[in-house]
Amino acid sequence: MRAISWIAVNVFKESVRDRVPYNLALFAVLLIASSFLIGQLTAGQDVKIIKDLGLAAIVVFGLFIAIFIGIGLVSKEVERRSIYSLLSKPIGRPQFVVGKYAGLVLTLAVNVGVMTVALYAVLGCLTYLQTPAARAAWDAPGVDPRLLEAIGLIFVELMIVTAIALFFSTFSTPLLAAALTFGLFIVGHFNTDLKNFDKIVDSRPAIWVARAVYHTVPDFSAFDIKTEVVHGLPVAAGYLSATAGYGFAYISALLVVSVLVFARRDFK
Amino acid sequence: MAVAVAAFATAVTLQVVRDRAYSREEAQNRAFLYVQSPAVLRRIALSFDALAADVYWIRALQHYGGDRLSRDGRERYRLLYPLLDLTTSLDPYFTIAYRFGAIFLSEGYPGGPGRPDLAVALLKKGIAAQSDNWRYYHDIAFVHYWQLHDTKTAAEWFRLAQQQPGAPGWLEPVAASMLIEGGDRQSARVILQQILNSPEEWLQQMARRALLQLDALDLIDRARPVIVRNPPPAGTPYSWQWLIQRGVVSRIPEDETGVPFEIDPSTGALTVSPRSQLFPMPRTGPPQ
Repeated sequence: MRAISWIAVNVFKESVRDRVPYNLALFAVLLIASSFLIGQLTAGQDVKIIKDLGLAAIVVFGLFIAIFIGIGLVSKEVERRSIYSLLSKPIGRPQFVVGKYAGLVLTLAVNVGVMTVALYAVLGCLTYLQTPAARAAWDAPGVDPRLLEAIGLIFVELMIVTAIALFFSTFSTPLLAAALTFGLFIVGHFNTDLKNFDKIVDSRPAIWVARAVYHTVPDFSAFDIKTEVVHGLPVAAGYLSATAGYGFAYISALLVVSVLVFARRDFK
Repeated sequence: MAVAVAAFATAVTLQVVRDRAYSREEAQNRAFLYVQSPAVLRRIALSFDALAADVYWIRALQHYGGDRLSRDGRERYRLLYPLLDLTTSLDPYFTIAYRFGAIFLSEGYPGGPGRPDLAVALLKKGIAAQSDNWRYYHDIAFVHYWQLHDTKTAAEWFRLAQQQPGAPGWLEPVAASMLIEGGDRQSARVILQQILNSPEEWLQQMARRALLQLDALDLIDRARPVIVRNPPPAGTPYSWQWLIQRGVVSRIPEDETGVPFEIDPSTGALTVSPRSQLFPMPRTGPPQ
């Protein structure tokens, strides 16, 4: 466990050295600038649009961090040949993979946390500047704690993306791993189409294949509750916990496979 | 660094010179909608559909504002409905897009494309997404009343709005007013009688007053042919004195609040006195 936490902290420190936190400044500037601009362009929908923009930006920034750091987690160590000195220490390969993953999740957690605070700060300012009559017309309060439900599922979604990037990183080049991870992210959003494949196709084998792919590919569309939360529509607690549980189970499976693949790799 | 700054300054200068020499207004002003299919756009947007909806909403506002201010009437809000359709397909709960969109669409040219049919279609799409949102029903009623001048259909939609959860109590009286304006006093009476049973005192008072106004309207309608049959001698105005002299009425008739009706000296038209509590009277069509 100590080895895992040691690797995780080092991955986090490396991301700080790689200037990953710069994206937080960009996020804050984006939100503040857009809040002034959007107020001029929309018919009183600035709070709704800031929420949409903030949540979408958390996904985009998080996605970039998860993919572009995730793909280099293992392959960079191999390329730099630092893997040899690392594995010569009392660190098992499973600990190495899990530690790397935990480190990037820690980086993501700090980033998502700071972006959430920045989003709430901007929303708080906008709410304060509005008249009570204007506030009464909003679908949901400006500083709405339910935004955390959407952000929580975004974070689990990013954790899955990180696990996918790490998995590909264990056996392929960074470029290929980035392409495959991004491809899976996109396919994962169309996943529900495969679930309903039987409605457009009669062939039983084709339906089975589609159903198998549906269960194999990560179901990213399920993690998107941004629209509901922004409009103040209720999201069942059961749905949240089932989706988060699905995410954690999927991550566990990916980590186990990543460990197995990495354990079989020959670095001679 | 100096070379880079100089090169960039040269690029900007050339850009300014080119723009002055070759106007590209036609290309800049041309409105495009590259993706017209809501289904395709939803897929392209991945999980960013709400943000894409915001972008299309801003485009719809700019398109409407641009055409509204433009002196060139050729475009005639061509992209307004497609933009609103895309916005509401990407974010089906975007209430303002339905409601403002319907106002924009229903306005007659030059204030809008003059398409109340599309306004109603957009609001019905909103109802399909949120069937219990009374505002959409209210807005459809308003389009029927204001743009299509169809008071009967407007009254039906006002009543539907009233049936939705959280709807304000004033919708039912508005439905009654629509029916009165359309001349359907019998249906208006039925609604007003129902309102008398409402728990809100102010609604009951309003309904009582509206029922008295209906009685006054009925009396005016009954009196009108009698007055027309008994015109005053040429050169003298219509007056109650003349009608009493002729034995048409025994005394000046009063409304339910005890204030005498007024008669127009030149036309003989009967009206409720401005001193009456029933004044002003609702606008009304011929009784059905």
